[in-house]
Amino acid sequence: MRPFTFERPTSIAAATLAASQLGGKFIAGGTNLLDLMKVDVERPTSLVDISALPLRDFGATAEGGLRIGALVSNTDIASDNRIREAYPVLAEALLNGASAQLRNQATAGGNLMQRTRCPYFYDVFMPCNKRQPGSGCSAIGGYSRLHAILGASRDCIAVHPSDMAVALTALQAEIEVHAPSGVVRTLPICALHRLPDETPDHDTSLAPGELISAIILPPPARGKQAYRKVRDRASFAFAVVSVAAILDCSSRTVRDVRLALGGVAHKPWQPRAAERALVGAPASGASFEAAARAAVAGAEPQPGNQFKIDLARRLIARTLTDLAARGG
Amino acid sequence: MPQSHPISSAAWPTTRLTINGQKHELTVDPRTTLLDTLRDHLGLTGSKKGCDHGQCGACTVLVNGARMNACLSLVAMRHGDEIVTIEGLGESETLHPLQQAFWTHDGLQCGFCTPGQICSAVGMFREIEHGVPSAAMANVAATPSLDAVEVRERMSGNICRCSAYPNIVAAILDSRQGHAG
Amino acid sequence: MDSIIGQGIDRIDGRAKITGAAAYAADKRAPDMAHGAIVTATIARGRITSIESTTARNTLGVLMVMTHENAPRQAPFQARADDRHARPKPQLASDEVQHFGAPVALVVAETPEAARAAADSVTVVYEKSAGVFELGDASRDAYDPLKASEGESSDSHIGAVDAAFDAARTRIDAIYTTPYQCHAMMEPHASLASWQNGKLTVWSSLQLIESAHKSIADTLLLEPDHVEVISEYVGGGFGGKLPVHADAILAALAARELGRPVRIVLTRQQMFHVTTHRPASIQRVRLGADADGTLTSIAHQSLSQSARADEFSEPIVNATRSLYAAPNRLTSQRIATLDLPVPDSMRAPGEAIGLLALEQAMDELAVALDMDPIALRLRNEPEQDPEKRVPFSTRALVPCLTEGARRFGWDRRRKQPGTTRDGRWLVGMGMAAAIRGNFLRKASARVTLKSARRAVVEMDMTDIGTGSYTVLAQIAAEVLGLPVENIEVRLGHSGYPDTPGSGGSFGASSCGAALHDACTKLKARLAAGEGAQGLSAEGHVTPGEDYKKYSQFAYGAHFAEVGVDETTGEVRLRRMLGVFSAGRILNAKTARSQLIGGMIWGVGAALEEEAVVDPRFGAFITRDLASYHVPVHADVPDVDAILLDELDPHANVLGSKGVGELGICGAGAAIANAVYNACGARVRSYPITLDKVLPTLLDRME
Repeated sequence: MRPFTFERPTSIAAATLAASQLGGKFIAGGTNLLDLMKVDVERPTSLVDISALPLRDFGATAEGGLRIGALVSNTDIASDNRIREAYPVLAEALLNGASAQLRNQATAGGNLMQRTRCPYFYDVFMPCNKRQPGSGCSAIGGYSRLHAILGASRDCIAVHPSDMAVALTALQAEIEVHAPSGVVRTLPICALHRLPDETPDHDTSLAPGELISAIILPPPARGKQAYRKVRDRASFAFAVVSVAAILDCSSRTVRDVRLALGGVAHKPWQPRAAERALVGAPASGASFEAAARAAVAGAEPQPGNQFKIDLARRLIARTLTDLAARGG
Repeated sequence: MPQSHPISSAAWPTTRLTINGQKHELTVDPRTTLLDTLRDHLGLTGSKKGCDHGQCGACTVLVNGARMNACLSLVAMRHGDEIVTIEGLGESETLHPLQQAFWTHDGLQCGFCTPGQICSAVGMFREIEHGVPSAAMANVAATPSLDAVEVRERMSGNICRCSAYPNIVAAILDSRQGHAG
Repeated sequence: MDSIIGQGIDRIDGRAKITGAAAYAADKRAPDMAHGAIVTATIARGRITSIESTTARNTLGVLMVMTHENAPRQAPFQARADDRHARPKPQLASDEVQHFGAPVALVVAETPEAARAAADSVTVVYEKSAGVFELGDASRDAYDPLKASEGESSDSHIGAVDAAFDAARTRIDAIYTTPYQCHAMMEPHASLASWQNGKLTVWSSLQLIESAHKSIADTLLLEPDHVEVISEYVGGGFGGKLPVHADAILAALAARELGRPVRIVLTRQQMFHVTTHRPASIQRVRLGADADGTLTSIAHQSLSQSARADEFSEPIVNATRSLYAAPNRLTSQRIATLDLPVPDSMRAPGEAIGLLALEQAMDELAVALDMDPIALRLRNEPEQDPEKRVPFSTRALVPCLTEGARRFGWDRRRKQPGTTRDGRWLVGMGMAAAIRGNFLRKASARVTLKSARRAVVEMDMTDIGTGSYTVLAQIAAEVLGLPVENIEVRLGHSGYPDTPGSGGSFGASSCGAALHDACTKLKARLAAGEGAQGLSAEGHVTPGEDYKKYSQFAYGAHFAEVGVDETTGEVRLRRMLGVFSAGRILNAKTARSQLIGGMIWGVGAALEEEAVVDPRFGAFITRDLASYHVPVHADVPDVDAILLDELDPHANVLGSKGVGELGICGAGAAIANAVYNACGARVRSYPITLDKVLPTLLDRME
């Protein structure tokens, strides 16, 4: 690790100001930032430890949803009875990610801010536009088995590794952000992460010094929820493909559906066309299969990950079929 | 080229924490991880560095009772925390029941992952008591209980390349039974 | 009194390991110790044209930067030697880069943090050369390593294979590939070197003390008696700690230059290139059989990676020479030189991947014959070793197969793939035979009585998790008539009598036989009236004629049940049983643990493990434990190993055979065969990841 100064501010204002300086970075759980600092990918000159900030509140909102402080651990979110009962897709996503140790350590905000696990991003001597803009994308033409099939660009085919963010996308969560100026804004989760386009060095839409202070869940959605993750071993592995689904059916007709895919894009992927096609359609295998096809219709795979198209399609169809079979 | 001079030690943060019941006040290079602090500054080498990236679990310690990877924490981030390592588990001459169970069931071979496995299992028991669910549960809203399937899922953050897994699971279940009974 | 040998007593080093007291190489401390960090090459082949290390040198706390420009003189590399692991291992010896990740500089500093950061600031400029990185591309230049070195072909050829194969009623002709695999032991390679009065002590993580001792002494141009090598605890080896690596040599060099102890620990990422791996292989198996399943021909030809930096040939086809009867036979072994890191032995070199091919081919043949795969194997049981044409010392493959089938419930297996289901899981069973060569190596042991009731055993053997400490204590206790707790076993020190160390599953038998001899001699001298206090005896063993007169192998049979997710192609093991026969078992508990461990290695080889090469960089791209997958707890359901009673009178005085590698042999093939039985996917390219299973499911369902 390159040298850095370390401070523990006790106010959000002091923290955002410190982190907005050149070379400044927030650290909370540290599970991904330290991982990256050890391989020299991240080189902050100043670490701002936010663990003393008042961001651990976890309570109901006036609208009937939940507000999760950014410092609440992944374990504590997944263990919360309100989450387990009303937002099970979120609990399942969290529990299918990482290990128990990492979930204890990692925070809600940090989970969202984690960076891609693309192996070329992790080797500072290999070209990577995300790490060093303009150097090229080594994954294109390289080992791309786990890379994006949707929304990628000529400059980057990395995928976002978070499971939680995929569930939050299906749940249509909002993210509360504090700017160094003191301005507090909220943005929908789908506006937090971005597609790589020509600037894959920007993972999110946050400006320097902006701090995620909370995740806000809307009131519980009607219907059944599930998070399904396909991976190369039974536990402790990143998603090959994952799906978060919320399906609301009434008299064998789809009243509402929300889908988000992980492991396929630079951000949690919302297959809007699939959702639109399903609303009002019969809750049948044929509709689910058609929606699944629509979800991957625009996929542009690499030579090493064409299988993800079939995999994602089959996973979506099966997950919806399973949810419909649960009734409701 | 970013310069590589350490930050002057005058600017190093001071961290007060408790390790195995003993209070410490440490002023070290902020780059020092909790794991390296334990191993290189305090002589507690029972916690092992298997990967230094949170991918193997050999460095698992208990932080305020919760199991964590000591390699992915700067010691400066543990200000005010209570740490327990493998050295702090047993009572001087008496082994912790999990330690004894690992030994009896041959839940170890080379022994390198063993302290992390044992600390992780201690943390897992606490999680069960606190109702923390797992991905192995068919229904996340249910009350968790401990069987072999649950142990395997919950212990998956601790790799054993010798692959003593079946014996580790047997040791944990045996120890748990003794604990409950 | 019941025999102490064989009892499943708890490991005598168990307390040290469960309390964290066991000190591995990186746990050792020396006063005034400095810390080294290695800089590694970022090209695969070429020359270093310049190294810019001003920033590093000027970093506060940095004590030295060593490169090929200022590295001390060392012995040159030797291409060949009787003991490949005892050869000199010169480091930073020239400006030539022979593979990606090779050490190009060492930074030593007061703290590990300063050393790592300074190492990151070193800039190396290279002149790149073209290299060859793909096994398929190099196959034209493949060669027979034995022919190249000794003029003899390493092929075996009996009868007329081609004609017999062409004439066979049922034929299997298939290509199987196995990927690069990594030892991935939990303990990274680490060394602490300290000089005192002109003598060097190296605490390191090593399997072979004697070889390492010679390698280190020779590299540094030192007299052997000026070097001491210590490995009391080794956090896993599996072959990856057979050689001495850069950590030991560089620590020793730097410690001498600085006049203070130096510790070097490889990072997990560095291990993938700085140390060794199992080479990838391409294997062709041809089997010809009569209608009743009698094999008329067996041909097994292998190609595997060797490296420009050092030659290595994995003996992939060796077990095929002894496993099944057939009048017409061909085996051959070729290697191709690539500009990749150096391969070396990894758990059961040869059998581990050779059987992934042969035992899957046998399953394919059983399917083609519409025959039970166990019946096929029983049909081809040889009377004697089919190629060496000598008797087997013991051979219990048949009881392993039949006992395993009974215990596993093999009769419940449905022959037709895809016909057994459990919810979303397509369920299948598979089996495979296990065979692993048994060896005895020259070894010595010393036993000394501290009193009439207490003995100390000293050998330079290591315990890499195998249970050496414990089984040696049991042997000494039994021969001397003392309780196990009265035996102190001291291992892992170059000052103790020489042993072959831990490797090739020969450790326990060779060391055990030498110790048996030492204890027997000690007892005789006691009986002759010598006083106990301080009485000491040395014992020895050397392999005798029985290793030429008999074909010596340990055997087993694996049975696996897997589930294949009908939607995603994910394969998960459901249960697994191995039944083994490996001579006399020295400790029932530790032997079972080793066999289970080996079987789970088979799970990894079948389903997960692959170090991926990016040929554009000539580098392994998967270089941490998040991308090089090994099995985790959740991958391992009910796995058990059963040991049949056996005593091999021709193996050694104890009648024992090695068990450390037997468990992996054939295990992965049993899983591959179970995948076929579950869903009809015949995946010949390991590992069997979901993307390779998915096409079969698409064909099935759509």
